[in-house]
Amino acid sequence: MPFLALANIKKSFGQTQVVHDFNMAIEKGEFISFLGPSGCGKTTILRMIAGFEQPSGGTIHIAGQDQTRLKPNQRNIGMVFQAYALFPNMTVFENVAFGLKVAGMPKAEIEKRVKEMLKLIHLEHLADRYPYQMSGGQQQRVALARALAPKPQVLLLDEPLSALDAKIRVSLREEIRQIQRQLGITTVFVTHDQEEALSISDRIVVMNAGRADQIGTPSDIYNRPTTRFVASFVGTLNIIEATIVDPAAGTVMIGDQTIALRESIADKTGGETISLALRPEAGSLSESAKGDTALTGKVVSANFLGSVVRTRIAVGKNTVSFDMFNSPDLIMPAPDEVVTLRFSAGDLLVIRD
Amino acid sequence: MKMTKFFAWFAIAVGVTYFFVPLAGTFEFSLRMRRGEYSLDAYGSVFSDVQFQQTFGFSMLMALLTIVFGMLLVVPTAYWVRLRLPQMRPFVEFVTLMPLVIPAIVIVFGYLRLYNSASYIPFTGSLLGTNILLVMSYITLSLPYMYRSVDTAMRTIDVRTLTEAAEILGAKWPTIMFRCIFPNVMSGVLSGAFITFAIVIGEFTMAALLNRPAFGPYLQLVGANKAYEPSALAIIAFAITWLSMGLIQLVSRFGKLTQSRP
Repeated sequence: MPFLALANIKKSFGQTQVVHDFNMAIEKGEFISFLGPSGCGKTTILRMIAGFEQPSGGTIHIAGQDQTRLKPNQRNIGMVFQAYALFPNMTVFENVAFGLKVAGMPKAEIEKRVKEMLKLIHLEHLADRYPYQMSGGQQQRVALARALAPKPQVLLLDEPLSALDAKIRVSLREEIRQIQRQLGITTVFVTHDQEEALSISDRIVVMNAGRADQIGTPSDIYNRPTTRFVASFVGTLNIIEATIVDPAAGTVMIGDQTIALRESIADKTGGETISLALRPEAGSLSESAKGDTALTGKVVSANFLGSVVRTRIAVGKNTVSFDMFNSPDLIMPAPDEVVTLRFSAGDLLVIRD
Repeated sequence: MKMTKFFAWFAIAVGVTYFFVPLAGTFEFSLRMRRGEYSLDAYGSVFSDVQFQQTFGFSMLMALLTIVFGMLLVVPTAYWVRLRLPQMRPFVEFVTLMPLVIPAIVIVFGYLRLYNSASYIPFTGSLLGTNILLVMSYITLSLPYMYRSVDTAMRTIDVRTLTEAAEILGAKWPTIMFRCIFPNVMSGVLSGAFITFAIVIGEFTMAALLNRPAFGPYLQLVGANKAYEPSALAIIAFAITWLSMGLIQLVSRFGKLTQSRP
């Protein structure tokens, strides 16, 4: 039985349905990220788990207990908000102690637990500071300690890194993941930043228009996107239109070039148009490059981006981008130059949406 | 550029003259009680007057009760409107502005008609009832200032997220209200309290028509019968108002200092 189970969850605001029949089973200690653009329903699902929104249908179970109709203060859930939400009138110590005081824990135990939490986030020396005397990153770490102090069953993180600058965001997300592993707490993280989701999650739920388009490990989501939306939302991806030549042999035509796919398209019919996905980092111009497949095209542009050079080539009606690692002796392809892009047939994915 | 600066200073000079010359004249006159020399006799006379002490004490008590009950009405209302009924905000703002539009004398006549000793709720039938009515009328008069100062203070904090943060940590409504919200709008509560104090201390219409021994009617009585004491009282009343204004500045500056940074 899953630790956190969301079954047939629906949510409507007036006439607008924002979450459609959402199902998910989360195991104890898992770190799940909800990834998607604004308005896709990810925060609404998180708020339903917290109890701030009531589902229009479906059930939410935590550790086998039905939580669907419980109030937020009856659920034993910890939550970290995007805007920190520390109580400005309380010191760091008082903020972390708040949930424990509300629970009626004896004073000596509160002190012990708060000190443990402050040690966990490496802010023992700031216990007497007020939120306005701390940086954003420090405030968010205190918010994390406050959420964890009452030993919640589930930790919810609502875009906790969005308000921070890039450098702190990276270090804090690593710290969050390390603390989550250390405590083994089931965590649901909401973000619209794919890099964040890919770097810290056990599994990712890619949300689109109130539905889960794909649920999988970061590697699955990145390397084997199952829908066009997931393919285009996570990372940079070439979508190449191809015409099926022989479904049984798995051959397709791109422009006037025929190539063989590794993925089966036996369920398709000859002449049908399909979409193929290819990551920019999968291709190479080097003749020594490993790859059983090649596409020849004319260079449209080559842009220097620092660590990589991104080149766009025209193959039939498609424009295919690919990245080459930068090195001092790299020769940038010239516009209109005819080049051959080599890659493995296994890197070409059939988009089935 | 120079011309603009000249006009700015000229406007300030006109304003200062307009406001301070009558005040300086009043102050100077209040010191002339003793013939041929300046003295604080008028102030001594005012402070030693038993009626001054009684009326001032009565108005202080009324101001205190107005502040306490006013805030108990205004803070939860402003909080609720911000959190759950934002669509009601224009209506609530309109209602709280009504006392500025409707003259105090109209309000008090309405009260007398509604709550006289022959009515279903005969507040004016007893001293206690009349005092309660007076406090309620003061709350009405100070509503525009109280509501605005509390609402402005609430704008500086994220009421919704703070409430949710407290709720998910297990807190119930009284804890959320008195430990998480109230202390964070204290600057607004105090600003509202000081301005209410200043209004109640000098208020005449309500107290006079409800026939209560407040400081306002006493000011009028002294003004009609004595020469130097009214000037001394005017200066005292100004001092109280300025003190209240100074305290408002102080608490709002403190409020700004303690706001959270991103």
